[in-house]
Amino acid sequence: MSSEPTIKADRLAIVLNCLAAAMMMGALYMVFLYAPREINMGDVQRIFYFHLGAAWVGFLAFFVTMVSGVLYLWKGVSRWDILSNASAEVGTVFMTMAIISGSLWARPVWNTWWTWDPRLTISAIQWLLYLAYFMLRAGIENPGQRARFASVYGIIAFLTVPLSFFSIRLWRTIHPVVTSGAGTDSATGSFNMTTSMRHTLFFCLATFSVLYLTLLRHRLRLAWTQERADWLRQRVLSRM
Amino acid sequence: MQVYLISSMIQVRGLVKAFGFQTALRGIDLDVAEGEFLTVLGPNGAGKTTLLRVLATLSKPTAGVVRVGGYDAAKAGAQVRQLIGLVSHQTLLYSQLSAKDNLRFFGRLYEVADLEARIAEVLDVVGLAARRTDQVRTFSRGMQQRLTIARAILHRPRVMFFDEPYTGLDQQAASVLNKILSDVAAAGRTVLLTTHNLERGLVGCDRVVVIKRGKVVHTVDRAEIDPASFGELYQDVTQ
Amino acid sequence: MNFIRKVVAIIHKDITTELRTKEMFSSMVVFSLMAVFIFSIALDVTASDPMDTTPGLLWVTIAFAGTLGLNRSLAQEQENGCIDGLLLAPMDRSAIFFGKAVGNVLFMSMVELVIVPIFAALFNVPLLRGSVWLVVVLGTLGYASVGTLFSTMAVNTRAREVMLPILLLPVAVPIFISAVNATGGFLAGDPVSDVANWLQLLVAYDAIIIAVSFMTFDFIVEE
Repeated sequence: MSSEPTIKADRLAIVLNCLAAAMMMGALYMVFLYAPREINMGDVQRIFYFHLGAAWVGFLAFFVTMVSGVLYLWKGVSRWDILSNASAEVGTVFMTMAIISGSLWARPVWNTWWTWDPRLTISAIQWLLYLAYFMLRAGIENPGQRARFASVYGIIAFLTVPLSFFSIRLWRTIHPVVTSGAGTDSATGSFNMTTSMRHTLFFCLATFSVLYLTLLRHRLRLAWTQERADWLRQRVLSRM
Repeated sequence: MQVYLISSMIQVRGLVKAFGFQTALRGIDLDVAEGEFLTVLGPNGAGKTTLLRVLATLSKPTAGVVRVGGYDAAKAGAQVRQLIGLVSHQTLLYSQLSAKDNLRFFGRLYEVADLEARIAEVLDVVGLAARRTDQVRTFSRGMQQRLTIARAILHRPRVMFFDEPYTGLDQQAASVLNKILSDVAAAGRTVLLTTHNLERGLVGCDRVVVIKRGKVVHTVDRAEIDPASFGELYQDVTQ
Repeated sequence: MNFIRKVVAIIHKDITTELRTKEMFSSMVVFSLMAVFIFSIALDVTASDPMDTTPGLLWVTIAFAGTLGLNRSLAQEQENGCIDGLLLAPMDRSAIFFGKAVGNVLFMSMVELVIVPIFAALFNVPLLRGSVWLVVVLGTLGYASVGTLFSTMAVNTRAREVMLPILLLPVAVPIFISAVNATGGFLAGDPVSDVANWLQLLVAYDAIIIAVSFMTFDFIVEE
């Protein structure tokens, strides 16, 4: 028998909202005022902090999707699948931001909208995997089957990410991308990080992680409400 | 208190099957003794097919226990499957292969001893010996149903499930099915047959169970049924 | 031992069916020929060094021809509900996976035996050497295994066969990168130490993907 899904009042969301907002303020300050201007690329380098933050969340969210997929297959409880889906949605948004910010960074620095450098490429691959995940979910009516298939795909897809990354890096080591740039460093997209840059980067990663948790919490609440609505609808229909 | 009758071939306790929030089976308890012929009656959508699929290990229970031949269907699925044969709406036949090839394939999966001899035997029983090397896609619907029955009895299963077997059968296939049912019953096999056709359902069975919306609503021995008044009783119970 | 016999029975059934109809083989080969032709025209292969472009073209062709075969193999089990026949058999469900996967590897290999020589001839590159065949085998093993799992999923979706390439291609990226680079390396006569990295990646990928595919197959076919 299916039991009534319950939803409690959400203090956690309020706390997360405030924390995320505060940290974002801090991050903006650090990125624009605290971190120094990069010698070769100039101010456009500052996009790197958000680019990496978004890419990190995209990857983290994918990991959460995989783990909750494993838990769903193990326990059979639908809330794990709901978490998988929610995390994938939030992750896709961040991965999109990572790709766009990467592209915006590439243009002024290397005069191209896209570069096949390992980080950007692996972001694109993860984005495609996310897309496939959603297409799979959209194509299945039976909720149990949808959850099982999505869980299996999420697991396999995530496992291929490190393998893809290594293969791309090996590829780029053997065939480096030669682009025009101000100096030899920026030609391959690297720059020397000062201590304050490092501080800024870590703070940004933390900020984006909190932002991820906040958005995830909101998305989960939405999904739980949807589940309750579905359950109620089914109750009404079966009484008729 | 859960009592497991030692002589029960099939035991179902508290079987629940849900698809998302839709519950197809709402707590079924059932005992079928060895050699018993049970007819499961019920309107469309009652859950008859779902019940058979769970018993045949094609579907996993959401809750509850199913035991066939002493084996737990959820834990010892392969052993359960060795004991059972299923005849359902779909033929489960490969249309590009011949009748013999199909039977040979299933015979190998079931590790049937003396396979070639057994294939010849079942083809004779269902009256398809003459067409044994023809591809199944050249068979009529009735012939395909007969071959499906042959496939189901090939490994001499102790338990047989028939899911609405008379649907869409021609005269010849229906009479073959009747003969198989009486042969199988005479040989002491356990049979579970589902149907929504009261007339057919009452033929040859030992007991009748009526299912409505995923629950057992009536059970009665065949000997105690008066065919004339049963129609009314059925209407009452399924309303 | 019984397990292996049942796996062999499934492979034998698939081969028998294919010998009767020759559907899979012919469609895969014809598709490959058309692909080669169109690639040649569209990319004006004569303008660039074929040693650079052929490995990529070869693997793209194998990838897409492969999805045709994978789809067909599982679609056969959809007809008449045959997959239930397999699920009713008294054996571990993984036998179904291995039976279908090995069958798919065999069919892809048959097609590759035809198209690799054609590529070699058409683009005038020395593809017909043992090292290249090794790469082809390693790539096919991984691709067909995870492809078998995904096509089992795909036939159950609304979009059916179209879903398979969407699911499979991004997951198979490590195969493509490794196989293309390894093929290119062997063509150019690079020392084995250079190409070894790619081969190691392929082997690692194959091991992981085959293990995970067979472990999760049960969850895909159960209800």
